[in-house]
Amino acid sequence: MDRLSLLVLVPALTMVIIAMFKDPKKVRLIAAVGMGVQLIQILFLLFAFFAERNAGNTSEMLFVTDVVWYQSLNIHYAVGIDGISVAMLLLTGIIVFVGVFASWEIEDRTQEFFITLILLATGVFGFFISLDLFTLFMFYELAVIPMYLLIGIWGSGPKEYSAMKLTLMLMGASALLLVGILGIYFNSAPDGGQLTFNFIEISKVNMPMEAQMFFFPLTFIGFGVLAAMYPFHTWSPDGHASAPTAVSMLHAGVLMKLGGYGALRIAIMLMPDAAHEMAWFFIILAVIGSVYGALGAVAQKDLKYINAYSSVSHLGLILFAALMFNQVAYEGAVLQMISHGLITALFFALIGMIYSRTHTRNIDEMGGLMKVMPVLGVAYMVAGFASLGLPGFSAFVAEMTIFVGSFQNTDLFTRVATVLVVSSIVITAVYILRAAGIMLYGPIKNKKFEMLPDARWYDKVAVFILIGVITGIGMFPGWLSNMIFTDLTPMFERMGN
Amino acid sequence: MELSKFLIMRSELSLLVVILLLLIVEIFSSKRDQAALINLATGFFLLHTILGFMPGVEGVLFGGMYQHTALTEMMKNILNVGVLILLMQSSGWLKMDSNIGKVSEYFMLTMSTLMGMYFMISAGDFLMMYLGLELATIPLAALVAYNLKEMKSIEAGAKFILLAALSSGIMLFGISLIYGSSGSVIYTEVMGNMNMNTLQIVAMVFFLAGLGFKISLVPFHFWTADVYEGAPANVAAYLSVISKGASAFVLVTLLFTVFKDLFAAWEVLLYAMAVLTMTVGNLFALRQQNMQRFLAFSSIAQAGFILLGIISGTHYGMTTVIYFVLVYVFSNLGAFGVISIVQNATGKFRMDDYSGFYQTNPRLSLVMLLSLFSLAGIPPVAGFFGKFFLFAAAAEQGYYWLVIIAVLNTIISLYYYLRVVKRMFLERSDKPIALINSDFLTKTSIALSVVGILVVGVLSQVFDWISLYSWGM
Repeated sequence: MDRLSLLVLVPALTMVIIAMFKDPKKVRLIAAVGMGVQLIQILFLLFAFFAERNAGNTSEMLFVTDVVWYQSLNIHYAVGIDGISVAMLLLTGIIVFVGVFASWEIEDRTQEFFITLILLATGVFGFFISLDLFTLFMFYELAVIPMYLLIGIWGSGPKEYSAMKLTLMLMGASALLLVGILGIYFNSAPDGGQLTFNFIEISKVNMPMEAQMFFFPLTFIGFGVLAAMYPFHTWSPDGHASAPTAVSMLHAGVLMKLGGYGALRIAIMLMPDAAHEMAWFFIILAVIGSVYGALGAVAQKDLKYINAYSSVSHLGLILFAALMFNQVAYEGAVLQMISHGLITALFFALIGMIYSRTHTRNIDEMGGLMKVMPVLGVAYMVAGFASLGLPGFSAFVAEMTIFVGSFQNTDLFTRVATVLVVSSIVITAVYILRAAGIMLYGPIKNKKFEMLPDARWYDKVAVFILIGVITGIGMFPGWLSNMIFTDLTPMFERMGN
Repeated sequence: MELSKFLIMRSELSLLVVILLLLIVEIFSSKRDQAALINLATGFFLLHTILGFMPGVEGVLFGGMYQHTALTEMMKNILNVGVLILLMQSSGWLKMDSNIGKVSEYFMLTMSTLMGMYFMISAGDFLMMYLGLELATIPLAALVAYNLKEMKSIEAGAKFILLAALSSGIMLFGISLIYGSSGSVIYTEVMGNMNMNTLQIVAMVFFLAGLGFKISLVPFHFWTADVYEGAPANVAAYLSVISKGASAFVLVTLLFTVFKDLFAAWEVLLYAMAVLTMTVGNLFALRQQNMQRFLAFSSIAQAGFILLGIISGTHYGMTTVIYFVLVYVFSNLGAFGVISIVQNATGKFRMDDYSGFYQTNPRLSLVMLLSLFSLAGIPPVAGFFGKFFLFAAAAEQGYYWLVIIAVLNTIISLYYYLRVVKRMFLERSDKPIALINSDFLTKTSIALSVVGILVVGVLSQVFDWISLYSWGM
């Protein structure tokens, strides 16, 4: 068994073990241990990755395993990682681990909850290690479908509606993606020869322009919907608002990044010519998304809706950066995926904790919470400062890199787009500070809130880990950004051809 | 003719032996031995199925009227597996009081129609194929009307036999035109005389209409929902899985051989029928409340997907069609299995009745979940692979728009499959269906479908095995 397949095997095994126990206490303990092992495994993988790179191993993908699966379509079970996927794995590992602690209070069908949650995580891990478009697509769908059950069973509010809307929109997108992937496959050897699903191989050939023009939009929109691309973002606020805490964390933190990763790595990298041709259109959508998302967040009163719209806005930045055809902007896109994943997970975790105490998410009904729950209050402020891009936190590094990159494109259109996108950062400050101000400061509006308990130990585990990583990356971004930049180079150079 | 030549017809002969044995056993059995009779009949069929997997003899009999190849053997084996699961599944239902005294009939009728399908698949000329079709249809009508005390069942039987007779007539007319225009009914001779003249195209259209009735392709699907609803759940499963699968096998082999030179004509036909069948089936399934009606429309939609593999005309396309039928056998039998268990235990058949099903019957709900996900094409279960490969077959030949229509249809289908999932898992009910206990054979059959759903996709060997015997135009 190679070490990458273990990333899928450990969660799978965790699910099997959980299935044998009914007692909620045991179940969440097993889930925590299983995901802890997974996180440690990923850390070891990261060190091994650095060791290989430092030893001078410059091959694009490391730890590659390649087994033929379906001969007739040349489908392989092919896994491997580079700096980008290992970073995404790290993000996923952290958020899933933390997500287990954020779900500590789930009492209803605990066993089923954790199995479904880890099933989702399995799909995500599998997605990020896949080199073969077929398995990548398979894991993608595997990650999306548990959302239906997670929101529908353990959600709140109009959960059935939200779950159905989210599932149908995301699966609809993946249907387009399926056509895109088939199109890529059947055009993967324009000069004759063996067709392949391996995206590293495909990126080395030039697909015919006609095919690119047909399949790029399908693929890009297919991934874009998951990245909440305007106007296909409508599943996101409803879905996030109805989802239980850990699911919101995983979904906004990780699952939406599948969209960004795929849009960049599959759609744009494999079909760069068509991407160039159509970039203007999708840049407009990304700009609208980021500004509209930010404005939408200003208009909301519900904490989860605020954060969901904020995700739409920040994901718009990722798509924007992905369309800049500039290595620095790409680096920023990947950094932003990681940074936003961590910050939004922290937000959703805190919102879940606050909600479980106050039983309301409406900011107008809260006030003065800083006095009763200082730990959660301070953590919320930290998340807010991180989100609005204060130096010292990861979002600053990411957003700075994106704008430095996008400003290198000197044409007027990109300049204007960049300025517009930057304005979304300003609006971010508005809604974050406003929400935090109303909720945390001022007099306590509700007498019942005076007795609310502060963070418990499992809350603290979740919050401190996330804050630690966010500030860690903010203070010492060098290792991460170097790793991403270096590993983007071969891909980026091939795109130029 | 040497006697050993009959070995070529091994599957038919061994099935005939089983039927005759059952006839004898029936004479000597009393009404109290029903359970033993069920076990015995299932056991016989199990032996027959195992025999089918032994290496057989290829060859042609009766001057080309009957042919047995590795491909037909594989198709028969797939049908056998499906029928075996189905027979085991029926055991709980057959043991009910209302069925006392007519248990062996059920087995004999089922096996007779299966025999008809064997002949359809193995036919070497149109008359043989027609005879097989009739043998496959008429006992089915009796099976549909099996619940003699229920008006719905009898009505369904009458509808089925009338419409089947009509479609047979249309098909016979097509065959006579084929004979008129090519001077023969033997496949190989007809094949040489196909040259796209109008008469031949008309003949093919009539012929396809007859076959389309069996597969319930739109616009020949009108009987499906009523008959499925009225028939006992197990018979509906038989109609939707075995009967449809066998006809799909015949369709793909005939189009790839006899009508090969008319490709330009049937390409258009199939394209239109695929779009219509998928869309109409799906749209009508959206609002169904009766589970059997719901699966009837879902099975119409599934038939539309099969056409995507056929229209490609390639070796790969045929492989995907056969593979999809195999996957579909497991998935649909899983779903029908749960429905029939519920219906027999409680008499409930509406979708609303499944509210809170997971609270009391977690295992059955999970089986249903897996089956529906497989039908919808969600990884990692087999249906995902089946659909993906069908789409790939069509995409390979450049039918990208057809594939886009198909994938959009899978989303519609996902909606109504999720509706059932919602009832079972999301909703809580004060009075859910009580815990149901089934007998050993039924449980085993459900387990077999689940194993099929889980394994057939992940193990690529199954696909490779089918690919070994398929061929393209």
